[in-house]
Amino acid sequence: MSDMSVTSAPSGTASFLRRALRNRSFMVGLVITLFVAAIALLSFVWTPYDITQLPVSERMKPPSATHWFGTDHFGRDILSMIMIGARNSIAVALVAVGIGMGIGVPLGTIAAARGGWLDETVMRFNDIIFAFPALLSAIMITAIFGPGAVNAIVAIGIFNIPVFARVARAGALALWPREFVMAARVAGKGAARITVEHILPNIVSLLLVQGTIQFALGILAEAGLSYVGLGAQPPMPSWGRMLFDAQTRMIVAPYLALFPGLAIVITVLGLNLLGDGLRDLLDPRLNRER
Amino acid sequence: MNAFRKFTVATAFGAVATFALPAHAARTDLTLGMVLEPPHLDATAGAPAAIREVTYANIYQGLTRLDIDGKMQPALAESWTISDDGKVYTFKLHSGVKFHDGTDFDANDVKFTLDRDRGADSTNSQKQLFAHITDVEVVDPLTVRITLDQPVGNFLNDMARGEAVIVAPESADTNKETPIGTGPFKFDHWAKGSEITLVRNPDYWGTPAQLDKAVFRIIPDAAAAVPALLSGDVQAFANMPAGDALPQIEADPRFKVVIGATEGETILAINNGKPPFDNLKVRQAISYALNRKDIIDGASSGLGVPIGSHFSPADPGYVDLTGMYPFDPEKAKELLKEAGYPDGFKATLKLPPPPYARQGGEIIAAELRNIGIDVEIIPVEWADWVANVFKQKDYDMTIISHVEPNDIGIYARDDYYFDYHNPKFNAVMAELDKTTDQAKRLELLGQAQRILADDAVNGFLFELPKVGVWDAKLQGMWPNWPIFANDLSEVYWED
Amino acid sequence: MTRYVLRRLAIGILTLVFASAVVFFVMEILPGDPARLMLGLNATEDAISALRQQMGLDQPVFVRYLAWIGGLLVGDFGRSYTYSVPVLELVTERAAVSLPLAFLSLILLTVIAIPVGLFAAARRGRAADAIVMGLSQMGVAIPNFWFALLLVYFFAVWLRWVPSGGFPGWQSGLWPGVKALIMPAVALALPQAAILARVTRGALIDVLGEDYIRTARAKGLPRNQVLWRHALRNALIPVLTILGLQFAFLIAGTIIIENVFYLPGLGRLIFQAITQRDLIVVESVVMLLVASVILVNLVVDLSYAIVDPRLRGAR
Repeated sequence: MSDMSVTSAPSGTASFLRRALRNRSFMVGLVITLFVAAIALLSFVWTPYDITQLPVSERMKPPSATHWFGTDHFGRDILSMIMIGARNSIAVALVAVGIGMGIGVPLGTIAAARGGWLDETVMRFNDIIFAFPALLSAIMITAIFGPGAVNAIVAIGIFNIPVFARVARAGALALWPREFVMAARVAGKGAARITVEHILPNIVSLLLVQGTIQFALGILAEAGLSYVGLGAQPPMPSWGRMLFDAQTRMIVAPYLALFPGLAIVITVLGLNLLGDGLRDLLDPRLNRER
Repeated sequence: MNAFRKFTVATAFGAVATFALPAHAARTDLTLGMVLEPPHLDATAGAPAAIREVTYANIYQGLTRLDIDGKMQPALAESWTISDDGKVYTFKLHSGVKFHDGTDFDANDVKFTLDRDRGADSTNSQKQLFAHITDVEVVDPLTVRITLDQPVGNFLNDMARGEAVIVAPESADTNKETPIGTGPFKFDHWAKGSEITLVRNPDYWGTPAQLDKAVFRIIPDAAAAVPALLSGDVQAFANMPAGDALPQIEADPRFKVVIGATEGETILAINNGKPPFDNLKVRQAISYALNRKDIIDGASSGLGVPIGSHFSPADPGYVDLTGMYPFDPEKAKELLKEAGYPDGFKATLKLPPPPYARQGGEIIAAELRNIGIDVEIIPVEWADWVANVFKQKDYDMTIISHVEPNDIGIYARDDYYFDYHNPKFNAVMAELDKTTDQAKRLELLGQAQRILADDAVNGFLFELPKVGVWDAKLQGMWPNWPIFANDLSEVYWED
Repeated sequence: MTRYVLRRLAIGILTLVFASAVVFFVMEILPGDPARLMLGLNATEDAISALRQQMGLDQPVFVRYLAWIGGLLVGDFGRSYTYSVPVLELVTERAAVSLPLAFLSLILLTVIAIPVGLFAAARRGRAADAIVMGLSQMGVAIPNFWFALLLVYFFAVWLRWVPSGGFPGWQSGLWPGVKALIMPAVALALPQAAILARVTRGALIDVLGEDYIRTARAKGLPRNQVLWRHALRNALIPVLTILGLQFAFLIAGTIIIENVFYLPGLGRLIFQAITQRDLIVVESVVMLLVASVILVNLVVDLSYAIVDPRLRGAR
């Protein structure tokens, strides 16, 4: 019976690849995202300068051949800081998406499968979380545990839970009345088994698209939190905190604010393009929502 | 093209508008920027310095006062006599003094205030200033007699502090919101989160103020302070959070930059009671590992004055001990090895919010890592710092500026957060408390400074600078901060 | 219809009650004693305990929670620990900055996004559309606080046209107040406008594909008229939905933007209050923000019901 499940790329892998290569937004997004990821990975083995040393005498040098993006108020190389900062941004956003999916998807699919009071409870739970903007929960979490990357992850992750729960629930609800699910029920499969075998595989593309979008939002949220001092803490560099440090020195060294900001814009842009492209590719029907 | 033309026209217009500002012909209003907003305006109830930065000598006055040079002068008391045993002070008060609400000032107000400050319900943050007072007696309406249980060498200076100002029983309970004092300025209004406005007191008993109006505007950081100054919105900062933009401002002839002294000893405080910091060699190693020049450059834009003990270089009795532990990482590693930590150890560094701590902390952490101490930075809020570091001694190291004047005595306190105990030091302090002879006092203060440096109790970093920035035409601003105050009574604009 | 409204209302209130409990008890476990903090490093123990008593901090937690909730119901928000004024007064004063800022952003956002979306939809597939969509893609990716920094640098530091921040207070007049809010509002609105423009365009393109629009076009109605009269009205449902969500976002967004422009709004108040352990103020501001998010969601839900009668029965 399982061969009755619908797949989103009916004409096979080769045709999918061909369509992918023709999708400009997907390709540009993919290239940018891979580039940022590569920079982050590279920073584990090599950066132009060692940022654990603080050569204060070299502080606030404008961009030059030796320091392409200049140096900060401690004399650290900004390019190196941005490279290592990429790690932090990606890690925070990725784990936050993981938390959102890991909790939200089971909640959403269970709510869809069982309905009734369980569905109601899950949705009310969603409402409560939704009522707390990520920034507010981050402020409260940090007030208790102190600032740090982990708390930023938790705050952003919590906000992701209802997002994924809603997407998973809506996707699952649309599938339950479908013929192949009915058939599985007639064959005597339980709700849990149907969810795992038939529902989940068919909402993967939905979740993937949402995941990419939430990833991009996570990068922005992390930058915002570390800008107000609630994210990663020194000596770990983060793009948002670099902007905070830059703000007070903008009149003498505007370049301090330029490069970390561009890093955020480029990364988020890449992920958004990738998400749009994926949406077009994986489920052409969704295209019309935009 | 069109858009471009519009843009240049607009730029030109902007330029014209900037230059077309009318010249300030002997103006009589002043807007001062300050970093922290006071929580309320009752100077006798609450620690934040911001309260007294607004109110001291402007709204409230004490029996005595500190002047622009930090010297004690008479204020509400026009004269006094001290008994031979140094225990009884008799103050003669000025006549004809009125509070801002029109009530008369007399000896009963002094008695009320001092009894309230030392009473059981007192929430005065400097309650110990009044601890030796055993009795306050109204001799006649203009004479008040204060009896102490022992001679207090600093008593007249203590009474000049912002916490010891005189308030009236009629208005004491509402001073938080509508402060009533005897000073040359009256409280006008307070736009919470934004600014506090004072106006000249027309019925002032002394020489009236030259300014009609003084506005204290809350400007929390450099990012906001610099444009506010450049645009003329704010004409003075007693202590400007200028950060690295200061050279830009110094180069501008419209402004005067006066780097002054505060009473803020900025230190790397060390938990002396907790291993391995109870080991003198470890503390000395830390002192050798600190590069004060880099720390001062990075944490205070190069403006702080280095210190070698817990004492302000601006105060009489200062001994320069900065050469005791020169920057020498090799020596530091050697000492760690001798102390039994050849591979160093792990430690935490808790940093409260001010930039000197957060920025200085990053540099110090890197310097300590260089000698093998693996430092983890933990940023904390003030509430957390007070509750855990200060109260519970739950810390290894922290960076903090001790801004109270003449506070070397804290090292003799029994359960202070340094957890430092040296009977020799305590003996010097006890001696100092009883000594009124100035030469002898300075001698004792010198001894005290040396003991602290010998014991390398804390990493002594620098004296917090007061970055005074104001309009070049403004006269009479305090260059130094012997106490936190912005006495505007003699401030005026030059033509 | 009534049942639906009552149901949504009940859900809103339930959420609010849960939220209040979460907020209150989270604040309870914060480290730091407000009384000690207010009196500083050199305060004596009896000074501190005297203040604790004055502030009512010696009461048990549940008593204080119930007292707080009871107060909220009758409009008594309590007194601020640090400012010692009624919290309501403090919050109203700050909300008088934050709410106008959020509304101004909302207006800007709508005024920018809908025409841009229309424009792009009308020129779908042409160069102009591609450029507009490319720009909006950029706009979505720009962090609003960074955009704010660039605005400050360009207009306040370099050109010196506008103050870099601060708020003169409404008592100094409407225009000075609005002027101080323009740059923050632009910084908040533009990235959101990019999102809304994309949604508007998408919704319009959907509607333009519907049969009745084709019929209208076939009848010979001019393109622009079709776009404005028929398509826009029908595309309004998704646009309004997003706009509602965005308003909630703007309210939260003011917290960061107020920090960039040092506006004395609710955002700065909450940071300041947390730092000073002015718990009762923190609780009230969080509740206010949460309540406004819930309220906006409720309004969006109810407007669905008005626009789309099918929803009135079930959820």
